[in-house]
Amino acid sequence: MTAELGHYALVLALVVALVQCVLPIWGAHRGNPSFIALAPPAALMQCALLLLSFSCLTAAYVTSDFSIINVVQNSHSAKPLIYKISGVWGNHEGSLLLWSLILAVFGAAVAVFGGNLPPALRARVIGVQGFVGIGFLLFMLLTSNPFLRAIPAPPDGMGLNPILQDIGLALHPPMLYLGYVGFSMAFSFAIAALLEGRVDPAWARWVRPWTLVAWCFLTAGVALGSYWAYYELGWGGWWFWDPVENASFMPWLAGTALLHSAIVVEKRDALKSWTILLAILTFSLSLLGTFIVRSGVLNSVHSFASDPARGVFILAFLVVVVGGSLTLFAIRAPTLKPGGLFSAMSREGALVLNNLLLATAAASVLLGTLYPLFLDAITGQKVSVGPPYFNAIFIPLMTPLIAALGIGPMLAWKRGDVPGAFGRLKFAFILAVLAALVGWYVNGFGPLLPLLGLGLAMWLGASVLVELGERLKLFRVPFGDSWGRARRTPRATWGMSIAHFGMALTIMGITVSETWKTESLQVMRPGESVMVGPERLTFQGATMVQGPNYVAQRGSFAVAGNTTPLEPETRRFSSPQMDTTEAAIHSTPLADIYAVIGEADGKGGFAARLYWKPMVLWIWLGAVVMVLGGIVSLSDRRHRVGAPVRREKKAAVTPAAGKA
Amino acid sequence: MTRKRRRLYLVLSGMAALGMAVALVLTAFQDNLVFFYSPSDVATKQIPPDRRFRIGGLVEPGSVKKSGIEVAFTVTDNVNVIKVVYSGIVPDLFREGQGVVAEGKLNGQGVFVAREVLAKHDEKYMPPEVADALKRAGQWHEGEKK
Repeated sequence: MTAELGHYALVLALVVALVQCVLPIWGAHRGNPSFIALAPPAALMQCALLLLSFSCLTAAYVTSDFSIINVVQNSHSAKPLIYKISGVWGNHEGSLLLWSLILAVFGAAVAVFGGNLPPALRARVIGVQGFVGIGFLLFMLLTSNPFLRAIPAPPDGMGLNPILQDIGLALHPPMLYLGYVGFSMAFSFAIAALLEGRVDPAWARWVRPWTLVAWCFLTAGVALGSYWAYYELGWGGWWFWDPVENASFMPWLAGTALLHSAIVVEKRDALKSWTILLAILTFSLSLLGTFIVRSGVLNSVHSFASDPARGVFILAFLVVVVGGSLTLFAIRAPTLKPGGLFSAMSREGALVLNNLLLATAAASVLLGTLYPLFLDAITGQKVSVGPPYFNAIFIPLMTPLIAALGIGPMLAWKRGDVPGAFGRLKFAFILAVLAALVGWYVNGFGPLLPLLGLGLAMWLGASVLVELGERLKLFRVPFGDSWGRARRTPRATWGMSIAHFGMALTIMGITVSETWKTESLQVMRPGESVMVGPERLTFQGATMVQGPNYVAQRGSFAVAGNTTPLEPETRRFSSPQMDTTEAAIHSTPLADIYAVIGEADGKGGFAARLYWKPMVLWIWLGAVVMVLGGIVSLSDRRHRVGAPVRREKKAAVTPAAGKA
Repeated sequence: MTRKRRRLYLVLSGMAALGMAVALVLTAFQDNLVFFYSPSDVATKQIPPDRRFRIGGLVEPGSVKKSGIEVAFTVTDNVNVIKVVYSGIVPDLFREGQGVVAEGKLNGQGVFVAREVLAKHDEKYMPPEVADALKRAGQWHEGEKK
């Protein structure tokens, strides 16, 4: 019964999506107010139906209803409840349902919070959201229905891949999807603006918070995925430039660019058509990401079973969305009125540089990710493009980006004083050089690359602090005055400083952990010790332990000067039958000790892989700080009061709030 | 600055970024494309010893020998075989008779020294390259992969 209810809700949602797409856009085009007024209730209806459908599937998972094929294939009665729930989106069909639900939630959010938007614009935005919804609902109903019945129903399910039974991975897809789908808002606003033929600062004021929301979720999702790979895969690495990782990283790069160009539209009324284009591209990359993950065209450690029919559908949908929106862009963009002028050496100029470099980076990742596909299709030659390619591209692109990132916020809008900004950043520059030299000395005058990373991280971190110090006039006026200035500084400005500082932390973590990590691989017998970095680890033997749905071989490594031993496991699951490696990690902000145990050699020894990774935690800590920056920026009062400019004037109580 | 000049600068800097990216991509591709060969390819093509590439096929049953952390095994496409040595812990799903992909170089004796043995998340999963290698060797039967 629940299955039929869920399926029926899904069909109804498709019908509502058709109405939501066609009528409001038509109404806005013709100036028909009753059709325009149809948009918000349709969006709410859509959201309610998908919520119902999603609840039905969740209920089927929670009650282990094995008359539904999807539940049979991905769940098992012996699984802990939380993984029964996360099993809902741990598979192809369910994850699409989650995607559609999130899309509908965003659509409904426009309906609820969009009261201050011009009604025609709101109708168009909701209409475009409906259009994207049609694509996904059709896809689900035609090729990937999660509610298909299994006849006869088997007594128990096949279980969820044990490697996916993990709290990090339970949260990772929803985060990532909130990010991916969140960019649909920027996309819908972009298309609506093109249909309308008008882009103004009020438009950007609306797009920016939505992009920021999506960006926060995507950042969290990417970081979570990377952290999951680090502790779960047992390879000690945290980023593999795998196609599926790239699939989430490309929208992140484009989305970060969009976030910054939207600021220029909002503050200076410039870069309008570029921002529109970026919004289209960001969402297209999100769709492409889904295509890469869901179709299985690319060989990846993450890929799920693939089905060519699905790949073709998504590809066709991608062609319609990307092709259609770019065509619309080509027709309409020239009619957009160009906005404010600025010199190359200005805040706008710095943001343009940021956009160029980020867009180029996204394009190179795209090329590296898709190149094996092209080559295979054209010549039949199989290749893989691995980390060396991406590193060779990324480092030269990110270096000027980070260097400029230190100066950018010091420049004035319209016409900046670059030598002056440099002068004010002397202190940061000296610190950066010092950090690089110290690093060079510690590293035994080794390769120069780590030097660059250290210098850049220190440069960025210090310039953020210098900029903040100047803004607050720290140590130059009484502390109370600085405090007052801090309170008057807009939250969006705080957000910027925090997020940029997070970036510095991440770069620091990457550089230090990659430069000074040590790895030690050997067969160890109980009682034997080995030095990993500065730590002495003693193997204390291995025992067999019984878990809820697995048996594990658990090794124990004592760390000198530490009471709790490291206990890595290899687990053997029964449903489905599979082995996994559980690394044991002792994490501190200074360094991680990471232990993996392998098979017994039959002579009393066990293969053991041990790592010492200094400051590796900073990589994700930086990401957390970046998200925090995003959240602080979102709490800015100007975002809370919403779009219209006229209202903002009333709301700007303090003079400082107008600047920044 | 006039609007035209600003646009010119934008276009020029865009072109510069693009040019830089193309140059980077080309140099990076030259050194870092990793080709995939089946055991039959390795037998017929002359692959220079210091070229990094990937091989794929099935782990020949009974061929896996471990001593300490050194693992030696044979990869087969049921026509030709190639000896592989690897030093490290093989992934969880590494089993005799299952598909495997390894990345590394040939040494002077025609033995493939793997730097990495790639893990797959799913025991039912057959790496597409391996399936393709088996197909080309005429050793693939639909439905076999389950």
